[in-house]
Amino acid sequence: MNPAPTPSHTVGPFFGYALPFTGGGDVAPPHHPDALTLRGRVLDGDGEPVPDAIVETWQPAPDGSRTGAPGSMRRDAVTGRVVGRHGADFTGFGRVATDADGHWLVRTLPPGGVPYVCVAVFARGLLHHLYTRAYLVDDPADALLAALPPQRRATLVTRPEPGAERVHRFDIRLQGEGETVFLEFP
Amino acid sequence: MTALPPDLAQSAIDTEIAKARAAAPGGDHPPRDFPPYRGSALRHPTHPLIPVRDPEAVELTGPAFGVTDVTDLDRDLTRHHPGEPLGERITVTGRVLDRRGRPVRGQLVEVWQANASGRYAHQRDQHPAPLDPNFTGFGRCLTDDEGRYSFTTIRPGAYPWRNHTNAWRPAHIHFSLFGEAFTQRLVTQMYFPGDPLLPFDPILQSVTDQDARDRLVAVYDHGLSVPEWSLGYRWDIVLDGPAATWTEDEEEAR
Ligand SMILES: [Fe+3]
Repeated sequence: MNPAPTPSHTVGPFFGYALPFTGGGDVAPPHHPDALTLRGRVLDGDGEPVPDAIVETWQPAPDGSRTGAPGSMRRDAVTGRVVGRHGADFTGFGRVATDADGHWLVRTLPPGGVPYVCVAVFARGLLHHLYTRAYLVDDPADALLAALPPQRRATLVTRPEPGAERVHRFDIRLQGEGETVFLEFP
Repeated sequence: MTALPPDLAQSAIDTEIAKARAAAPGGDHPPRDFPPYRGSALRHPTHPLIPVRDPEAVELTGPAFGVTDVTDLDRDLTRHHPGEPLGERITVTGRVLDRRGRPVRGQLVEVWQANASGRYAHQRDQHPAPLDPNFTGFGRCLTDDEGRYSFTTIRPGAYPWRNHTNAWRPAHIHFSLFGEAFTQRLVTQMYFPGDPLLPFDPILQSVTDQDARDRLVAVYDHGLSVPEWSLGYRWDIVLDGPAATWTEDEEEAR
């Protein structure tokens, strides 16, 4: 008999000294020429910023490999402090808390083989985290995008930041006007 | 003190919990919209989730963690400062399994919690209970080959919060877990057996099924207690969600 799953609970408001880590948003090695910025805000049903959310990203390496690599939270052997990724391995994992205006930012490399970065959102008030995808391009061949009506589809596609290069804007609206499409994996 | 609106009384919350439970279909996870938990009102989507059945979905794989991410000290929350923290020293251990009952090996488990007085080492925690200079309340470990995790810590205290008048969170430890797929990600909370606050807490009660709620409560295990040292609690965790490595046979058996 299969065991019954452990129920989800909210991350609560006090994860700040536990989950975010130094360099959590620096998925791309420093100064990498292909690095892109994925950034946006998490907004609630009133359009107000959510300052106590945490956003995680997961994606294939540029070569399409999906195994990830350890070392996202690489530690200093002497002090135990998180010293950040060494940049040789692409770990594929990002984790950042939103700041006081609900903003989050991840610097990463383009995912290989797919047009999207996987996103999970956790927050106080959110009893079960939410999955979505930040599409870097509006790929006509993508089955998920193709199945959505245009207005909803648009919530999954990042917008280029005016006047900035390789900056993709992805706001996450938890509820209401322009509510982001959230996903489940049955 | 000014009079508080009647909808913020515990009795009003209790009534809402009973109503929500009667209306909810049960299930393993809480509904994202659970009115007695006031914080959920503006933070749950109103559109149904879109199912993704693509066997090539990237979410069916997940990040990897290893010995570079975790130090040996991380699993003992009582040793992160020069002195001993105040409170009742406990060991919390258990196995992490996937939905097929297979051990989840080598994956990251993170915990965070209040100190023995019910105070978080967080500037936004305004509970007038003492901070403990010898306790931060954060730990990490990797599961072993049997899927086992283990933490040494102190039993956290209950703490007030502002959901309603006289709202108190039962003692709990926050857990964050990774499986082999992003779809198996779990953030949850572990409670302590016999805590009198359990029936009053809208967060625990958001899990509307009694059996599912019971799975969030650890078991006191006398065999795990260490003489003259610590009390032992056992709590097994089962990650929901599919992984890419399941064979078709297993999918069918489900
Ligand atoms: Fe808490």
